[in-house]
Formats: sequence, structure tokens, C-alpha cells
Amino acid sequence: MGLTAQSVKLDSMKDVFNITKTGSQHVIALAGNPNTGKSTVFNYLTGLKQHTGNWPGKTVVSARGEFSYNGEEYIMVDLPGSYSLFAASRDEEVSRDFICYGDYDAVIVVADATCLERNLNLVFQVSEITNKLILCINLIDEAKKKNIIINKEGLEKELNIPIVLTAARSGTGMDELKKAIERISCNDVDYMPNLLKYDCETEEKVKKLTPYLEKINVSNIRWTALRLLDSGPDIFSYDKTGHISKSEAIGLIESLNIQADNKNIRETISEHNYNYANSLKQKYVKEDYKKINRDKKIDDIITSRTFGIPIMLLMLGLIFWITIQGANVPSRLLSNLLFGLEPKLSSFLMNIGAPKLFISAVVEGVYRTLAWVISVMLPPMAIFFPLFSLLEDLGYLPRVAFNMDHLFKKACAHGKQCLTMCMGFGCNAAGVIGCRIIDSPRERLIAILTNNFVPCNGRFPTIIALASAFFAITSSSFVNGLVPAVFITLMVLAGVCATLAVSYLLSKTLLKGVPSTFTLELPPYRVPQVGRLLYTSIIDRTIFVLSRAVAVAAPAGLVIWLLTNINIGDTNIITHVAGFLDPIGKIIGLDGFILMAFIMGLPANEIVLPVLLMLYLTTGTMIEFGSIAHLREVLIDNGWTALTALNVMLFSLLHWPCSTTMWTIKKETGSMKWTAAAFLIPTCIAFGVCFVTARIYNLIF
Amino acid sequence: MKVLSEANVGDVVSVQKNKAQDLLKERLLALGLTSGATIEVLRKGPKNNLTVFRIRGAMIALREEESNLIEIM
Repeated sequence: MGLTAQSVKLDSMKDVFNITKTGSQHVIALAGNPNTGKSTVFNYLTGLKQHTGNWPGKTVVSARGEFSYNGEEYIMVDLPGSYSLFAASRDEEVSRDFICYGDYDAVIVVADATCLERNLNLVFQVSEITNKLILCINLIDEAKKKNIIINKEGLEKELNIPIVLTAARSGTGMDELKKAIERISCNDVDYMPNLLKYDCETEEKVKKLTPYLEKINVSNIRWTALRLLDSGPDIFSYDKTGHISKSEAIGLIESLNIQADNKNIRETISEHNYNYANSLKQKYVKEDYKKINRDKKIDDIITSRTFGIPIMLLMLGLIFWITIQGANVPSRLLSNLLFGLEPKLSSFLMNIGAPKLFISAVVEGVYRTLAWVISVMLPPMAIFFPLFSLLEDLGYLPRVAFNMDHLFKKACAHGKQCLTMCMGFGCNAAGVIGCRIIDSPRERLIAILTNNFVPCNGRFPTIIALASAFFAITSSSFVNGLVPAVFITLMVLAGVCATLAVSYLLSKTLLKGVPSTFTLELPPYRVPQVGRLLYTSIIDRTIFVLSRAVAVAAPAGLVIWLLTNINIGDTNIITHVAGFLDPIGKIIGLDGFILMAFIMGLPANEIVLPVLLMLYLTTGTMIEFGSIAHLREVLIDNGWTALTALNVMLFSLLHWPCSTTMWTIKKETGSMKWTAAAFLIPTCIAFGVCFVTARIYNLIF
Repeated sequence: MKVLSEANVGDVVSVQKNKAQDLLKERLLALGLTSGATIEVLRKGPKNNLTVFRIRGAMIALREEESNLIEIM
């Protein structure tokens, strides 16, 4: 759910190379394995509020921020996590290209203190590329909890690179890190990392290549030679001075015939790296095996075959229940306040002599829609986002992917689609960008096309409000509290079923193929930082999402007001259009106004319900609304039944994506054809499902 | 020769050969599945589909299709 102002900036991916810096600024790149806390280090240094979460693949686009220290200016680039510089997915490619070809003054490799052996592999790879390298061993607080002790001095001496032990979330060691950044980027100290020697055969080949590379002025001969031996020429796609060009690389490879054995060489090199990493770990890291098994014990329950999925559903239901219960009172207060202000706004405008028509447009059009959007959306978001972030920070989401993978495998889709669906809960556009964590293009496309079936927070309020109004009507208030939570959980399940079914159908038709490879890291459980979490989820996410909704709702309110107040013949435009749509709506258990509201909600789903109410109210008699009881009254007056409510919920869940999401899909797939598919598939399904439920309902009642 | 998917929960095994190809090979090597690596089998997931292994200190889940490609001893 990495939805922040940063992550929807779609250009940040290709922008990474074009860093505009003033003369004296130093560029510092943050690299490292996924989920080592790069974003936390980044946030601490720059003061930016990039969202962090405890799962690999959180940062799929690079973020940028600035800070100054001792009078020097620095630009930080937070790269997506990568296990190695031999990229296997698109987000890893970004990191690889930047480290190999970017203009930086230092690279900080952030490593997880609790998993140093695996993290050192990347350190060795980066040290072959640059000597401006700092190893930041982060999460040292977690290591302490697990009784892991790291001999920093010994490791520093052996590798000959500056090492800093940090716990970025509490700030431990961060001053030292800043000092190291200053030392390295301002060239005070020149380190020469001790590079690993490989087997004789490989070293012999490197030696043989050296004179050729010297001749064409390659600056990093050892790295270039090794990559000529173990990689294809594609890694040299950037033409830059001091680097070998792709055509030169192809020329050398062909004339010297050095690629025959490249796969074995790569394997040997990896083996050497890891053997060395293992020996360093044996020498400089002390572990306590008992403590390491803590996570295993938690996982025995969370990912158990019997309880895994029930626990997951309960957790989801619980979150919704807390959200709905908690949002009730503040929603009512907000709505009373905002609608209480409405007459005051009217009389104020009247007093300053505004024309009557203008007052009507502003108050009944813009203000009323805004008041609804804020009072209905703000409280649930302010509760849902922190709760969901809590699960995210704990490290629960990858466990969900683990529990669900067998279903996705059956649907010929990727298990990590689960993670992108979780991002979709916040915003489908963010979910679509998040699909970059999926390596295979076929499965990535499936994940993109189906992300819309996860109800984003723009659609939650609609579903919650309708479930409360139409189905929470028993005499027990406790049951009434549970009903909306159950309904929304069922809706999410329906969305998951739609996702699996569509993924399966796509795999068998348009996107034929077998499931690709799947590796999933289950990160250690971590105690969330509640303060930070509240800050990022409320201030950053909630306000960001809300302001986007408000930005769309205000003009939409005006448009609706215009449509309802301009007459053609003896009725207004709305009634004409709704009359035209009505027969189509009736077939699927809706009506013309509902379809109209969904169409007008294209820019943002948040406004569907307020628009619908505006439409009903301008043609009906009631003026006031704001509480669930009112909502029910208005809707029933307009001929709603339980079927209408159910079908509106289903239609909201399944219908076309909002315009932001479609624009993102266009950007991510680069294809009009797939964007059209992303619109048509959900639309057909929404119509189909609603048609079926309407038929069944009519048969029974 | 035994493969990783045949190992039982609780076994600690050593990698003999990584027979994966292309991108999967890159990924598995990057995760540390090189010859001689020690792997602990931690848990089987629902439907025996995913298995969690401790590889180089990290918990990694692999599908059967992937763990079939790792020869072990």
C-alpha cells in the first residue's frame, strides 16, 4: 500500500539518472537487499516521510531527498532493494544501472544485521564497481534482541571499507553514518576495498582481457572484464566515457570467444562470494540459535496449514470492524459540523451580495459534495490506514502471500500478486505500480489487469455505508456493528475470487503461459514504531488521499449542479441522461441514476455515493442528509431494495478502474490495448455479475 | 541424487548442484543457493505448495517447481 505523493510520481523511475544538482552538492545512493531499512535510513537523513513497511519490495521506485551536514549539501537517492547486481526484475534493474552508471559521490550499502551473510554478497559486488562505498549495518537493535554480536572492527579491517552500525529508526549510529558520508564523498580518505580473488582460471581470463580494455580507456578494468566473462553484453547498454560500449563489448566477446563458459563462471563467482561471506560471518558474527527461532515459532501459527487462512480472514474482519465502529461517531460529528455550517455559508455569501445562482452552485453543488466526501471518508481512512500499516510493519503481508500462493498458482498467477493486491487496498494506482516486484512480464500484466478487484479506500466508504444502511437492521446493536464488517470482508473475498478467476481466464486465453518462478522472502517480525506509523499513515497517506478526493469532488459537484439546473425542454440534462441509462440499469438491478453516478465517479470512486445522493435529492424533496438513517430513507424513497444495495456494492467492487489507475496502467504497460482491456474486463464482469444476482433475486422474491 | 523438494521438515542439507536456468538461476544464486550452501527445511505451506527454507540466514519460500531444481546431499 505504498501510496505517497512520491510513489505516484510516475516519472521517478526514469528520472533517477537526471539528477539536477548544484555545483557543491554530493550525490549519495542508498543500495541494499530488500527490506533492510534503506527507506528508514533515507527518512532519518532527509527528514522526508517516505513510507516504509516490513516487506521486501516496498520501494519500487527510487525516492530522492536532500540534507546538509557540516555545511556540505547532499542529495540522497533511495534505490529499490536488490539481492544482487545481476538484475532479475525491473526494480532491481533500476538499482543495478544506477550503481554501475550513475553519477554519485558515494554508495551506502544498507545491510541487515540479522542476516549479514546474505547481505555481504551485494557488498562484494558493489565494491568491485566503486571504492566510494560505505557499509551501513542497520537494524542493529533487532540484532541485539536476537543476541547477535557483530565485530565491526574486525570486519572493517578485513574488507577495508568504512562500516557503521546503525539502528536508523531510533537514530543510533546515524551521526557516525553522516561522518562517514562526509569522509567518503569529500575525498578526505581514500579506501581501497579488498577485492575477492576468484579461481585461477577466471583470474587468468581477466588478465588476458586487461590489455584490450586498457586500449579503449575503460576505467574499471577488473569489473568490466568479469562482466564480459560472466554476463551478456546487455549490461553495457549505457554509453558513457570510461565504460565499454555495447558494440565494443560484442566485438570483444566475439573475437576472443570468451562467453562459451559464462554461466559456469557466474556460478563460480557467486560461490566464491558466498563462501567468503560465510567465512566472514563465522569469524565476526556471533549468533544465538535459540533466539533466531523466535520467528519460526510465530510462523508455526500464522502460516500453519490449518489456521493460516482463518487467522487471515479474522484479522481482515477485525480491522474492518474496528474501522467501522471507530468511524461512526467522528463521521457523525464531522457531518453535523459541516452541514451545520452550510446555512452560515449561504447567509455569508448572501450578505456579501453574491448572485443567487452563484450561491446555489457553490453551496448545493461544491460545498455539499465536499462535506460528504470529508465526513464519510476521513474517519475510516484515519483508522484503517494505521491499522493496515501496523500489519505491514510487523511483517505480516509476506505471510499472507505465503498462505495464498497455492491459490494463485492454480490460477497460473504469481504469488506476489497478493502483495500488490494489498497495496491496492490503499489505492489501485499504487497497486499497479507495485506490480513491478513481479519478475515475469506475463504475470505482471495479469496482476496489473486484476488489481482493480481489490476495493480501494475510495470504494470502502460506499460499501460500508450501504451495508450499514441496508443490512445492519436487526434489533441487536452488536449484530448491527458486525454486519458491515462481515459484508466488506465478503466483498474483499468476492474481489479475490474475481481476481483468481480473471487471472486464470487470462492465463488460458490472452496471456497464455505457465506459472513462472517464485521466490518469497519471509522477513523477520519486527516491532512497529507506533509514532512514525501514525505520522506516515495519517498525515502522509490519509491527507494525501483525501486531498486528491477533494480536488476531484469540488469540480464534480459543480458539474452535477450545472447538469441538474440546466433544462432541455422541460426537464434537466440529468433526467434526460438517466432516463436513457435507466433501461440498461434496470436489467442489472440498478437504475439510470446509479449508472450515471458511477460514470461521473470515473475521476475518483470516492464521489460515487455523494453524486448519487445529489442526483436523487435534486429531483426529490429531501434536502438534508448525513446520517445512515437519512441515507436509507433517501434510497428507499428512490425505489431501492436489498438487491439494489447489494448490486451497487458489487458493481462498485468490480467496475472499471478510476481514471488515475487507467492512466497508471497506460504508463506501466505502455500499451493502449492493455489499458483498454483493463477497462473492458472489469466492466463486463460487473455487468455480468449484477445481471446474474438480479435474475436470481427476481426468481426468489 | 536427491532434490531439495524431497527433503523433510527439520532436515539440514547441503546444496550439490543448482540446475535452474536463466533469470531463476540468477535469483537463486543471488539468494545464496550456491554449491555447498547449507539449507534448513523449516516448514511446508498449504497444499505442500510452498516450503520455507533457511538460506544464508534468511527465510525464503520456494515452490516445488524451484526446489526440484536444487540437488542436495
